[in-house]
Amino acid sequence: MTTQLLTLAFERPAIDWHAVAPELTLLAVGCLITLIDIIFLEKARPYTATLAGLGVLATAIPIITLAMDGVDRVLFDGAYVVDDFALFTKAIFLISGYVVILLSTNYVAEGDYWENEYYGLLLASLMGMVMMSSSRDLISIFVALELLSIPAYLMVAWRKRDARSNEAGLKYYLMGVFASAVMLYGMSLLFGVSGSTQLSEISNFLTNGTVSSVSAITLAIVFVVAGFAFKVSAAPFHTWAPDVYEGAPTPVTAFLSVASKTAGFIALLQLIYVGFHNQSDVYEPLIWILAAASMTFGNLVALKQTNIVRMMAYSGVAQTGFILAPLAVAGHAGLEDQALSAVLTYLAIYAAMNLGAFAVIITLSRKTGSAEIESFNGAFRYAPAMTVSMAFFLFSLAGIPPLGGWFAKFEVFSVLASSDDVWGYALAVIAAINSVIALYYYASVARRMWADEAPENDLTPVSTTSSLVSALAICAIVTLAFGVVPQIVGRFADVTLLTLGG
Amino acid sequence: MENFINDWGLTVTTFLPMVGVAVMLLIPKAQEELHKKAALATSLLVAVMGILILTQFDFDATGQLQFAVDHIWIDVINSHYAMGLDGMSLPLVLLTMLVVPLCIIYSWNHFPEPQNPKAFLILILVLETGMIGTFMAQDLVLFFVFFEVVLLPMFFMIAVWGGDDRRYASLKFFLYTLFGSALMLVSFLALYFLSGSESFVLSDLIAAVSSNGISRTAGLWIFAGMFLGFGIKVPMFPFHTWLPDAHTQAPTVGSVILAAVLLKLGTYGFIRIAIPVLPEAAVEWAPWIGLLAVIGIIYGALGCLAQTDMKRLIAFSSVAHMGFVMLGISTLTDFGINAAIMGMVAHGLITGMLFFIAGSVKERYHTLDINRLGGLLIQAPRMGWIFGLCVMASLGLPGLAGFWGEFPAILSAYNPGNGLPVTTFRVFMVISALGTVLAAGYLLWLLQRAAFGTPKDEFAEDPSITDVTKHEWISWAPFLALIVAIGIYPNLIFRVTDGAVDASLNDCLQVNASELTAEQAEALGCASIYNLHEDHEDHAAGE
Repeated sequence: MTTQLLTLAFERPAIDWHAVAPELTLLAVGCLITLIDIIFLEKARPYTATLAGLGVLATAIPIITLAMDGVDRVLFDGAYVVDDFALFTKAIFLISGYVVILLSTNYVAEGDYWENEYYGLLLASLMGMVMMSSSRDLISIFVALELLSIPAYLMVAWRKRDARSNEAGLKYYLMGVFASAVMLYGMSLLFGVSGSTQLSEISNFLTNGTVSSVSAITLAIVFVVAGFAFKVSAAPFHTWAPDVYEGAPTPVTAFLSVASKTAGFIALLQLIYVGFHNQSDVYEPLIWILAAASMTFGNLVALKQTNIVRMMAYSGVAQTGFILAPLAVAGHAGLEDQALSAVLTYLAIYAAMNLGAFAVIITLSRKTGSAEIESFNGAFRYAPAMTVSMAFFLFSLAGIPPLGGWFAKFEVFSVLASSDDVWGYALAVIAAINSVIALYYYASVARRMWADEAPENDLTPVSTTSSLVSALAICAIVTLAFGVVPQIVGRFADVTLLTLGG
Repeated sequence: MENFINDWGLTVTTFLPMVGVAVMLLIPKAQEELHKKAALATSLLVAVMGILILTQFDFDATGQLQFAVDHIWIDVINSHYAMGLDGMSLPLVLLTMLVVPLCIIYSWNHFPEPQNPKAFLILILVLETGMIGTFMAQDLVLFFVFFEVVLLPMFFMIAVWGGDDRRYASLKFFLYTLFGSALMLVSFLALYFLSGSESFVLSDLIAAVSSNGISRTAGLWIFAGMFLGFGIKVPMFPFHTWLPDAHTQAPTVGSVILAAVLLKLGTYGFIRIAIPVLPEAAVEWAPWIGLLAVIGIIYGALGCLAQTDMKRLIAFSSVAHMGFVMLGISTLTDFGINAAIMGMVAHGLITGMLFFIAGSVKERYHTLDINRLGGLLIQAPRMGWIFGLCVMASLGLPGLAGFWGEFPAILSAYNPGNGLPVTTFRVFMVISALGTVLAAGYLLWLLQRAAFGTPKDEFAEDPSITDVTKHEWISWAPFLALIVAIGIYPNLIFRVTDGAVDASLNDCLQVNASELTAEQAEALGCASIYNLHEDHEDHAAGE
């Protein structure tokens, strides 16, 4: 009797195992690392990082096979979708994750921190991100978000004997939970109005159904977008970022600034494109303000920073503004796909250049022991290759051709310029002025590293490790390749989310 | 061979310096001699490619794009890898190919502090790719990319190898130029979308604008954006303030490349892109461009009179000279634009040469304070005479290259193109003619203070003050020869540029440019200049 009741209540949905293979692989590797730690204890330590890296690379295999298969797979009645968009963004997460593992390898070992747990959590967070790419349902989005955030709260506080790291962890946690709460409230309103958690059904309802309360829907969209604005550190919801970035172990900062931010954007894209597609009169002005404020505020504050990690935090806020900008006109007829591919292109290129910049910061900090910009003065004398790569990444962030960043900015401008709308043009001009402001601080850092005297004229070379060098090489090659042959990223980012909206 | 040059010539020429860079990256930093040889060999190979291209160049069809290549580059935005060479770009490309190896030779034994020839030479080669690419690109996105590629090496050159105030100067240079090019990019994009062109290739855009039309307001705004981008690079008054700082702080070779080639990227942008694409907006903007050009001429000259630093003085004279170039362009006539291209080449040679001399003076006297200099003709007579020659060329003495840049530009303002206010331009003409008097004033005064008289006591017995060295001779001789050769026989340039200017103006303004110039020449009573020129063409056609 009881079994009969249970089967009635829970019908096991058909699962396409191929479609969820990436998630399962990550889960398996995460469990394996934990098990190995329990069984072999200290003996396993040196291999953990390698194992985690291999695990991430192994996860790429099902992604490639899925991509070659080329069929959109819909699971759980549309709550979980594996399409080109999902695969492309999963690939960004995995490659960023792999680079972060390379960056962490020596940092975590030399700092004498817990290693197995670190990589276990990193993989768990990565799994949340990979899930986020496919989530087309309020609940799966929320689960993915928590899965990627909670390990990150722990990792931020990983340097547990350092007060600032603890402060950062706590701050990140409280802010993150607050943002989740706001978002959850928005989601509950959406569910209350439309009666469904599935984005496509919400969209259907908002478009065709009898909407009883416009203000409830508006409020819901504002809350949900605001919640993710925290995640992507858009002004004015960015205040956690500088402190958290500064306090967290630098590889974790790199992870937050790239992977976690990308995940926030992926969620926003899915919500906007699949869920609120016909509510552009609500989200467009909201995003416009967020974009303009983030660019301007982030850049102006970044000008004054003396700590490079804080500078990167504010520069990240400004970059968020640029990534948001195409979404401010995403509801214009005919621009939807173009705006989507501009955002995805930017995210892919941003991942490469920002991780690269952090790779150099981590390497040089091994020598200087500080993240003050002044301590990097004159690095060209003792670490020319590092300095040249840093110049690459900084000028790429500034958008100077032929480095990748130019194409990212170009795509943003081209979406705004084709909007045929005063607001779109205005945002383009704001973005153009902001790219000049941004150049000032990026170029100042590059100039200090190239031209100034090293502190105390200490010209001993930096000690690099093979994992740092390979991380750097991956980022540098990708940054340059995206700039010279933007076609590579352009082709993959040419996806659509709209077909699923109907 | 012929096929190879036709299909690959421009691509190989543009990217050959990058091959050199790749090779140099593999050579360890300590082998300085090898680096110098590698860089020189690369730049000479580029020059050889230039000569090969020159031999295949069809001088009877300068108005057409030759050696054109056109492949899809980024298909999501319809941008092409489109390169081509015509009479407008050829002189500037050749100038670039000449300047780069000579700069490498010049710095052979005296790299500025903090030395490091490897990095310095790599930057020069990257610059070369950027410069050549900009002059050859026929696609606006490609043009933009090359235009920006030039920025980075120059920034580092000033920031690392520059003078005491290099931090400020390098950032100022960078920010000004980037501000202009950001707005320029927005204009390019707006142009592309509003005209409904099928690609970013220049010829497609021109066709799309003329067939679909573009609203007057949009055209004016787009032109304004390009005007800022190119005008800052030129630099036009009031955007010129980065130039004196950048020039003064840059190392000698940096100043030379900046003066000889980089400033031309701006003026080239006007005649290659802004005017042909938006001729109607150009007509409306032209009086303002002319006004700023004239202000630049007078302001630059007055600025020169106030300077005590030789390099800064030459920098201000650049502002004045580029004013003449812009005045020529603003007339929108065949004659004026030909004069402008001539002015660009002449200014490149002469001012480049003046910066070389300033660098050499600085090396010997360790100062460029004009009040402390003097008696160059006694202590280093050959250098003094070369200096004198360049000063004469710069002030526009007939028989030297500078004359052909200034004089026709002034004359062209007498009879501006269709639709332009004649009186206004004639006023410009008078004022700019006054500018040449001022130019003679400040340049001769400079010569008098720096070269004449007796050496000041502090330097009188200085053994380090030597005459022109071997490396200097090698790097200067081609400049001097060309200054004289073009001065005597300006058709070296006019003959190449005329057809191209004719074609591009004909396309865009629908005026018969050759008719216009004949009338103009008659009206001006300077038919002899043009006759010389046309005789030659007849002669060439006869052959």
